Amino acid sequence: MAEKQTGSGFIGWIDARFPLTKMFEEHLSKYYAPKNFNFWYFFGSLALLVLVIQIITGIFLTMHYKPDGDMAFASVEYIMRDVDWGWLIRYLHSTGASAFFIVVYLHMFRALIYGSYQKPRELIWLFGMFIFLALMAEAFMGYLLPWGQMSYWGAQVIISLFGAIPWVGDELTLWIRGDFVVSDATLNRFFALHVVAVPLVLLMLVVMHIIALHEVGSNNPDGVEIKKNKDANGIPLDGIPFHPYYTVKDIVGVVVFLILFSVVVFFTPEMGGYFLEYANFVPANQFKTPEHIAPVWYFTPFYAILRAIPDKLLGVIAMFAAIIVLFLLPWIDRGRVKSVRYRSSAFKWLLVMLVVSFIGLGYLGALPATETRTIFARLFSLGYFGFFLGLWWISKNEVTKPVPERVK
Amino acid sequence: MHRILIIVMALLLPAIGFAAGGGYTYPNDQIEIDWDDKAAMQRGARTFVNYCMGCHSAGYSRYNRVGKDLGIPDDVVLDNLVFTTDAKGERSKVGELMKITMTPEYAEQAFGIVPPDLSLIARSRGVDWLYNYLRGFYVDETREGLGVNNGVFANVGMPHVLAELQGLQAPKYRTVTDAEGNEQQIINGFEIVEPGSMSPSDYDRMIHDLVAFLDYLAEPYKQTRKNVGTGVIIFLFFFLILAYLLKKEYWKDVH
Repeated sequence: MAEKQTGSGFIGWIDARFPLTKMFEEHLSKYYAPKNFNFWYFFGSLALLVLVIQIITGIFLTMHYKPDGDMAFASVEYIMRDVDWGWLIRYLHSTGASAFFIVVYLHMFRALIYGSYQKPRELIWLFGMFIFLALMAEAFMGYLLPWGQMSYWGAQVIISLFGAIPWVGDELTLWIRGDFVVSDATLNRFFALHVVAVPLVLLMLVVMHIIALHEVGSNNPDGVEIKKNKDANGIPLDGIPFHPYYTVKDIVGVVVFLILFSVVVFFTPEMGGYFLEYANFVPANQFKTPEHIAPVWYFTPFYAILRAIPDKLLGVIAMFAAIIVLFLLPWIDRGRVKSVRYRSSAFKWLLVMLVVSFIGLGYLGALPATETRTIFARLFSLGYFGFFLGLWWISKNEVTKPVPERVK
Repeated sequence: MHRILIIVMALLLPAIGFAAGGGYTYPNDQIEIDWDDKAAMQRGARTFVNYCMGCHSAGYSRYNRVGKDLGIPDDVVLDNLVFTTDAKGERSKVGELMKITMTPEYAEQAFGIVPPDLSLIARSRGVDWLYNYLRGFYVDETREGLGVNNGVFANVGMPHVLAELQGLQAPKYRTVTDAEGNEQQIINGFEIVEPGSMSPSDYDRMIHDLVAFLDYLAEPYKQTRKNVGTGVIIFLFFFLILAYLLKKEYWKDVH
């Protein structure tokens, strides 16, 4: 017992039985993060915050929501009108879904510009990509639950995509829906997956993401490994303890985020039809297809890729490829320099192309397709995939600027 | 595979149709709704229960909630707004949902379509659409049984239930040439051919009040939401100052 750090009192009693202090030190007070984190480094902690918001508001919604084809829509309106503060809980949850994707897309972009997916952080990136995948499944199934027209027909369309898979397609869609069309059976299973299965997977993945991060240490805007320069005590010279430095800094980020979040929640919860689509205020009707079916904004880039390709099966393949290619990023990038600050201008132009293409696709995916728009969607699809091809090409013998020894 | 194709076609066809320019409607006015004008919403509620609730329910809303939000005491609500009956045939109680006696099956048989519940109509259609739609009925003898059509919602199954107030109006047409060079007749005005009990401006005012009520009905907590939001954001701004000062204090020794 003597070598153990046994404080006196309550914490000491706990520490003798559970590594409370040890864990606190490992992950917070003695986790050394680079001192030069900038704006882009807020989005990891914000993603965690949104996850907590979603789980807590989700629990309260579950207390009043009824996963039943005849009652679901009315139970949501019951929450909005008759449950005390129900409208707030519901808007926090619906806005939280969109906020989650905004934060996660920015978090992923950060990894892209500073090379945070590169060796030795490949697993962090992979866990992160699985989080992204789980998040998409979670959001998709959650969107069915209000049982509005767009919930219903959006699910109908997305599930039907699996039908494009040769041989097993029709059987597969039947198995997913549990019926020949989206129905009460589908609603029930999506509810189970949305409130139990996927959140469990998400939480587990988030823990693994953070453990992997704390094992190798955080990257930074200079893409320099701070562990290469340590002082006599083995503490990185350019590192500062995450707590209190980054906890107090992240609180500032959290408050700024909450201000923006509150503007949406309290003043424009539909966000012009992007966060809550207008057609979703009409109860699901399996005999009446809405005029224009568009997925929620966070899926539209991938949906636009699907529509850009004339062949159904190839379209589905392209759409899935657009996600799978992200998983391979650590191996597509053959470069050794992490940060955009010291990479070639070719890399910067590729990044610009990716951002323009992704936003362009997102914009087009929300609109009905026309001839001109399809041409643009094809161009942007090429731009999206072109980034990865181009990155693989240029990173082999990339002319980079000298990387400093220490962070600036 | 066929099912997928059908769904994909169903997705694309309306999009193509819309792009071809089928979107013209008349009238195209915009409406301003003042949420502080509870009197207008009260008048709208009166119109709603008298003219709309014969066929349309507002089944997610409760009578006494409307009363509370619009400042009408329960007994006044019961005497002036509650004309529906419950399943036993007794008059609805003040705390009940604003459902109607007509069953969907009966409505389907009578009208060929179930008149939609109107609780959320202002959120799905928008208030401008409603304001124009309710002022957009015109004489169309080709429509059997109804005798009217609508400039906003062509071939709608709803009769002009407010005709006794508005009277009947006939459309005035204008010829336009579309992108493909085809000549098309579009409505660009109405003229009253059979006056109703209200003047056109009184009718517009009544529709305005009705739409104000529908806007309220769709999101009764809208004003609360904004009031709470203002408080929350003011609090967060103060919190931001403290958080920033705290951060600055801690980071003094980081170089």
